[in-house]
Amino acid sequence: MTTLTTSTTDSFGTRVLHGLGGFAKARETGILLAFVLVVAAATIKNPNFLFSADGFRDLLLTPSILLLVAVGQAVVIITRNVDLSVGSTLGLTAYMTGRLFIDFPGIPIIVVFVAGILFGGLLGLVNGALVAFAKVPALVITLGTLYIYRGINVAWTGSDRINASDMPKDFLGLGTAQILYIPVLTIIALIVLIAAGWYMRNQRGGRELYAIGSDPGAAQLYGLKVTQRVLVAFVVCGALAGLAGVLYAARYGTINSQAGSGFELEAVGAAVIGGVAIFGGSGTVWGAAIGAFLLFTINRALPILGVQDFWQRAVVGALIIGAIVLDRLLALRQTRKLVEARDND
Amino acid sequence: MSISPSATGAPALELRNIAKSFGSVVALTSGNLTLRSNSIHALIGENGAGKSTLVKIIAGLYQRDSGDFTLEGESVDFTTTAQSKAAGIAVIYQEPTLFPDLSVTENVFMGRQPTLSLGRIDRKRMRNEAIGLFKRLGVRIDPDRPTLGLSIADQQIIEIAKAISLDAKVLVMDEPTAALSGVEVDRLFAVARSLRDEGRALLFISHRFDEVFDLCDTVTVMRDGEYISTDPIADTNVDQLVRRMVGRDVTTLFPKEEAPIGDPVLVVKGLTQPGVFHDVDFTVRSGEIVALAGLVGAGRSEIARAVFGVDPYASGSVSIKGKAVPRRSPASAMKLGLALVPEDRRKQGLVLDSSVALNTTMAIRSTLARFGLLFSRDENAAARIWASRLEVKTSALDTEVGTLSGGNQQKVVLAKWLATKPSILIVDEPTRGIDVGTKAEVHRLLSQLAGEGLAILMISSELPEVLGMADRVLVVREGRITADIPRAEATAESVMLAATHSQEAIA
Repeated sequence: MTTLTTSTTDSFGTRVLHGLGGFAKARETGILLAFVLVVAAATIKNPNFLFSADGFRDLLLTPSILLLVAVGQAVVIITRNVDLSVGSTLGLTAYMTGRLFIDFPGIPIIVVFVAGILFGGLLGLVNGALVAFAKVPALVITLGTLYIYRGINVAWTGSDRINASDMPKDFLGLGTAQILYIPVLTIIALIVLIAAGWYMRNQRGGRELYAIGSDPGAAQLYGLKVTQRVLVAFVVCGALAGLAGVLYAARYGTINSQAGSGFELEAVGAAVIGGVAIFGGSGTVWGAAIGAFLLFTINRALPILGVQDFWQRAVVGALIIGAIVLDRLLALRQTRKLVEARDND
Repeated sequence: MSISPSATGAPALELRNIAKSFGSVVALTSGNLTLRSNSIHALIGENGAGKSTLVKIIAGLYQRDSGDFTLEGESVDFTTTAQSKAAGIAVIYQEPTLFPDLSVTENVFMGRQPTLSLGRIDRKRMRNEAIGLFKRLGVRIDPDRPTLGLSIADQQIIEIAKAISLDAKVLVMDEPTAALSGVEVDRLFAVARSLRDEGRALLFISHRFDEVFDLCDTVTVMRDGEYISTDPIADTNVDQLVRRMVGRDVTTLFPKEEAPIGDPVLVVKGLTQPGVFHDVDFTVRSGEIVALAGLVGAGRSEIARAVFGVDPYASGSVSIKGKAVPRRSPASAMKLGLALVPEDRRKQGLVLDSSVALNTTMAIRSTLARFGLLFSRDENAAARIWASRLEVKTSALDTEVGTLSGGNQQKVVLAKWLATKPSILIVDEPTRGIDVGTKAEVHRLLSQLAGEGLAILMISSELPEVLGMADRVLVVREGRITADIPRAEATAESVMLAATHSQEAIA
């Protein structure tokens, strides 16, 4: 047990050391290390991977959209739920973005962003309401809405598609623009990440999301507003998928009815790899963000490292299973340690 | 009876004629309780007397159907636990309700953390307050560790810290000592007394009379959802309280027919699983009904599950007609003629979405199969025999079991196990939650089966059932068999005393 008396008189130095110790122990550190290793290995093989202008930009840019979706997914998973409809939400919002530019020429870009976020939030609200009020597991509900949203997308798009020429240059420019060598998309993603990370750690609402995921029954007995919080988590997740949809349109320029399909699994994968427990209650959005980076960077690094195409998916799969096994082992070890500490007390 | 409020303060919480039903099941008919500040009030009663329902109404988890609920003289109507909490009521449930992934400090303050500007949680202040709380309670718990892996005692201390930080005026503790060791109980009592001296009103629910007499100043007895009495602890004694807890006529119900008692069928020797049950020895003979009585949580179901091989045990042996039953192998237990009708029929006894016929033949699939194939004709034929013998009331064998009444579901479970032609039948709470008529049918059936030479081990929390049905009553208390009472000597008082008191007290 730690000493209780010194706590109030911690010097700055011990606090920094404590912080560093916490960093070394944190689940996120391992995944960050894996990311650095992957980048280093790919860079040794081909220096352009990191040290060319394009290479550096791609390193930051490619995972940024997934990062947004993964952060939203992490928030939902922390409450012991899951949102499988995010890929469909992203696709639908991306298509809507293109339609807005076509149907309302001259529409301000900011309005499109707001519309995308609101629309995504609305789709999230549908998920959240079904989960919170119908008391059906989120896995089933969002599997349903995955198909429903995609179906709406297909019905709306048909064989049509949005092309880059349909959208204003300024908007498309956002997709690749950089400020001080850092892509704008990445900056947006990082701002969202920091805000979400801060909220989840420092606000009552954020802590209650953890509490709900840790033990929903206890949360009810505590008198926490479980229904409301879960609803908000889904709305946030949907809104972030909506924002990701707008950015997807800006980044890729071409949107058909299948845009973003499969993204939900990448997002769940990123969160799990990043240490967000699939049964809720623990993990951070930071971990999910690093997970998103690792997932996409591995995809780009494996061909450079000479891994054949069809093995790449398998590597990602192994990574996810590895992460879960690791978490399980760590959890078992921690439980054992805590129980031992109690018995020795 | 009313109490003299000499040593204690003003009424903090009052319940008058509270009634509560769940569908057709009446949980409370007249709940009365007056908690005063500077007082520790005991609430006692048998299992199912309505204590927990009363607590849940106080906590805002259930809403009363009728009656008055006043807090410091004002009528209140809680619809959520948050409201009762805000009104100054803290409830510590039998099983602590903490968030295992979160730190001790966060658990204490969840939902009402101190905040700085922008709603930022003031972690430092929160931590210091937690440390202060634990210091005041005189315990050492690391405020930063997760609550995962904490002992039940420490978890309860956290619950109490939570209650104090809320500045709760009323503190309800529902069997807090059930899982505690002696030292831990002493620590809890010291804390409870200091809280009382601070002017709070405490409600203490316990089955242990020694604790009630040690800690409390007033005691309320409940029975079958009804208020029986409230007395100052000094004016009463254990015998009187036990009589009030059980006081009802048990002679007319549940007659077990006399049956010749034969050779031992099930012999259990020295069965031990640390922390669950210890040195359990008993024998059940053919034609005999042996009841395992005791309080909920005494370890009766656990013993049955271990005997059947579902749960492990560390040492001891189980044998049926002289043949040893291997550990952890329900399949071999079944082959040797053991059948277990579990406590929770919906979860453990039946496949609710499946038909009566399929459920009835579930345990005899392998003998029904021909060349590895099952024919529904055979299944229906086998099921029909038992369904008609047990008078399962359903129009067709293909009715989904989930749509049947509780009593008929129980009959299907019984049919399923009787179809295996067991030589020893273990029934865990055979009549829980079923109507009176079907109850009598189940009793008649058990009695008839015993008459045919079946050995029956019956776990029951209903004293009248135990006294009416059993040839012998084994009383389990905290994982040990504390008494073996033959039918002639079994009375409500002797069984209840053995279930709640240590062995020396009975002798």
